[in-house]
Amino acid sequence: MAMYNLSVNGKKVKVDVEPDMPLLWVVRDFVGLKGTKFGCGMALCGACTVHLNGQPARSCQTPVSSIGKNDKITTIEGIGDGKMHIIQKAWIEEQVPQCGYCQSGQIMSAVALLKTTPKPTDADIDSAMSGNLCRCGTYDRIRKAIHKAAEEIQMSESGIGKM
Amino acid sequence: MKVAGLTSVGLALGISGFAKDASVKKIATAVLRLEINPFIIIATDGSITLVNPRPDMGQGSTQAVPSLLAEELGVELEKILIIQSDGQGKYGSQTSGGSSSVRELWMPIRKAGAAAREMLTTTAAKRWEVQASECVAEDGKILHKASGRSLTFGELAEDASKLEIPKEPKLKSPKDFKIIGKFNKRLDVPDRVTGKAVYGIDVDIPGMVYASILHSPGIHGKVLSIDDAETKKVKGVLKVMKTERTMPHRTSDAVAVIATDWWAALKGKKALNVKWDNAQYDQTVNTAKYFEATYEAAKKDGINFEEKGDFSSKYIASKEKIEANYETPFLAHAPIEPENAIVHVKDDGSVEIWAPVQGPDWALRDVCGYLKLKPEQVKINVTLLGGAFGRKAYHDFLLEACHISKELKKPVKVIWTREDDITQGPYRPGMLSHMQGFVENGKITGYHHHAIGESIAGQVFKQLNENEADPWLSGELATENNKYQFSAASKVSWTHVKTDIPVVWWRSVYASNFGWGQECFIDELAHLAKKDPLKARLAILSDDRFKKVLETLAEKANWEEKLPEGTGKGLAVFSSFGSISACCITVSKKDKGIKIDKVVSVLDCGYYVNPDNVKAQTEGNIVMGITAAIKDGITFTNGVCDQTNFHQYNVLRLKETPVMEIYIIDSGSNPGGVGEPGLPPVAPALGNAVFAATGMRIRKLPFDINNIA
Repeated sequence: MAMYNLSVNGKKVKVDVEPDMPLLWVVRDFVGLKGTKFGCGMALCGACTVHLNGQPARSCQTPVSSIGKNDKITTIEGIGDGKMHIIQKAWIEEQVPQCGYCQSGQIMSAVALLKTTPKPTDADIDSAMSGNLCRCGTYDRIRKAIHKAAEEIQMSESGIGKM
Repeated sequence: MKVAGLTSVGLALGISGFAKDASVKKIATAVLRLEINPFIIIATDGSITLVNPRPDMGQGSTQAVPSLLAEELGVELEKILIIQSDGQGKYGSQTSGGSSSVRELWMPIRKAGAAAREMLTTTAAKRWEVQASECVAEDGKILHKASGRSLTFGELAEDASKLEIPKEPKLKSPKDFKIIGKFNKRLDVPDRVTGKAVYGIDVDIPGMVYASILHSPGIHGKVLSIDDAETKKVKGVLKVMKTERTMPHRTSDAVAVIATDWWAALKGKKALNVKWDNAQYDQTVNTAKYFEATYEAAKKDGINFEEKGDFSSKYIASKEKIEANYETPFLAHAPIEPENAIVHVKDDGSVEIWAPVQGPDWALRDVCGYLKLKPEQVKINVTLLGGAFGRKAYHDFLLEACHISKELKKPVKVIWTREDDITQGPYRPGMLSHMQGFVENGKITGYHHHAIGESIAGQVFKQLNENEADPWLSGELATENNKYQFSAASKVSWTHVKTDIPVVWWRSVYASNFGWGQECFIDELAHLAKKDPLKARLAILSDDRFKKVLETLAEKANWEEKLPEGTGKGLAVFSSFGSISACCITVSKKDKGIKIDKVVSVLDCGYYVNPDNVKAQTEGNIVMGITAAIKDGITFTNGVCDQTNFHQYNVLRLKETPVMEIYIIDSGSNPGGVGEPGLPPVAPALGNAVFAATGMRIRKLPFDINNIA
């Protein structure tokens, strides 16, 4: 075991775990944040997506030992800063989730996309979101929700946001 | 999960059974404790509680079921507190399966709501000394509009509970519906986008240990030896034990690694060195050999399920005839939340369970049977399900946790890996449809569907005699189901080809297999008759609902439009779970393959609760139906599954999702299913579209959309 000092959603946490333990299990079972999901264990489905310094990362393939103490980890519980994130609101508007299990990962990928590409085209959405699997088949609504959130961000920047 | 503590006296209504004539009865004792609560409780504090007998796996039952109650009670949906039922017999059937939530609960829940409304109204009217007909229920109150007086349900509940329950309460007329049939946002969505929703895998119980289980690579192999030297070096590993995987029809060996956390258990499992005796399973857990046997069976007569006219002799005599074999693969359900369960077998022998299961009633039956307990000794807490599609009504993973916890007398959390999920099954069975048919004077008049393969009822329930046709064919293939009228002769027959590969229902069950053969072959027969595939179908259909569905599809999908060379449209119609669905897919040639340009789906599901959820379920059915047609099937070579994870068992991705249009027909018929019926026509519509665009007839699924040759 080894002690790791992590920054999760802006809070310092200390965990005593094996160095090869994936961040996924550290976050879920040692930090107690269950919103990040296990789906495949091989970075194939995207359910475990978190942000590492703002970049989407597959936490099931990120050993805790690879994380530096200045690295900032953000999970689904941390994206809204205590409020509902504009993406989460768009997800509700479009009634995206069915079972909802993959949606934490979908939302983390979408938030990262809008940060770098505030006005994504369909092609941008295709390339940013196609690593996140949804077995319920909510893809069409995910696409619509991302477009909606992008519009909303632009409107709020011009001062006429409603959501 | 929200759990209500019910301490106040009030009006409590139960529903006996779920038959159409289910009667509402009052629970004699005032509601003081959770254990005696029936389905619906209106307490003196005004709270309304519904014990929901349909777990939510994404299909929206936690909105659909309370909507039926809220509508009749005249309250907002938000006002109803939902408790998931626990499997005990008093709650009747409690399994989310067979697209049953709304169609089975439609009358019982509405009747209970209407009865409660009448009792509350009568109580208020008596208190005010006015006619009940002058009072209405609105927003959790009874109003006497003439005098402007009102009383809350809570104020009336205790007195109302003393009344006789009306036997035939007056249900709301559909024209007065304010919730049913209207768009309402699902109240569970905010939790599902913020990480707050609690799935089985998210539950922690104090003192629990974790288990990862090594299953036989040959599924049924026997453990010969266990070398756990390396496993025991893994920090956190507590124990290695031989365990068992109990399926409904047989039990297989397995080895469990118990640890203080699941990562340690998984590492320990990977370090195990177990020797297996795989006996003959290289031959009997083998998809190539299985399909060989189905094609052999196609050359012989099957057992008749139904026959109208003498098909065989008319087929021999007919001049314009064809026959073809249509194959569908084994498929894994692959819900993104893998199978998992927590079981605590306590010192006193009682058991508590936290698990994502589709039916707590079935789970209770299986756990009681396995541990030899009485139902009252087992408490089941059903969590949300992170997808299921039929898989989580098969309790092997739950019984594994029972077996280990019984040994350890501790809460044990079993989590399957994706590899367990994909390599171990149970699967949708692969099936072969041997089709024969003939046409006369430009009309399809003779048709035979010979269904061949492993029987779900036969393997799972051991409910199939060797001399009988699988009774489950009635739901899909019987002519009273597909409504086609073949004027010369028709036949549905069956041959049982067994396999040791575990099988089970998968979204839409046999309809997902046999829709492929039926609807592609009808297309072939239409072309043989030199008729347009839509017109050829309409010519042999007299059922008004089927015709309306097809005519609506033709209009919405612009069936008659002239298409450029290399583009084609295909359609299919299939009825399952009490609903009728038709699908039209447009494809165009692209390089060596095709691309899917558009999918139009039409559904007549009778009355429905939330049109947006009906659309969502149909979108899901289109995505899953296309996945089943063009992505990976499950294959076993020499007793071992060839696919292990999502890199070999691909599912459709966002960038591959076509434009979809969905139309619901307001037929006003009794409610049909919604969660499954949209799926069966998808694959055959695609196959027929490929034929229209390329002239290539696809008969075997899955096929490579990028290489049609």
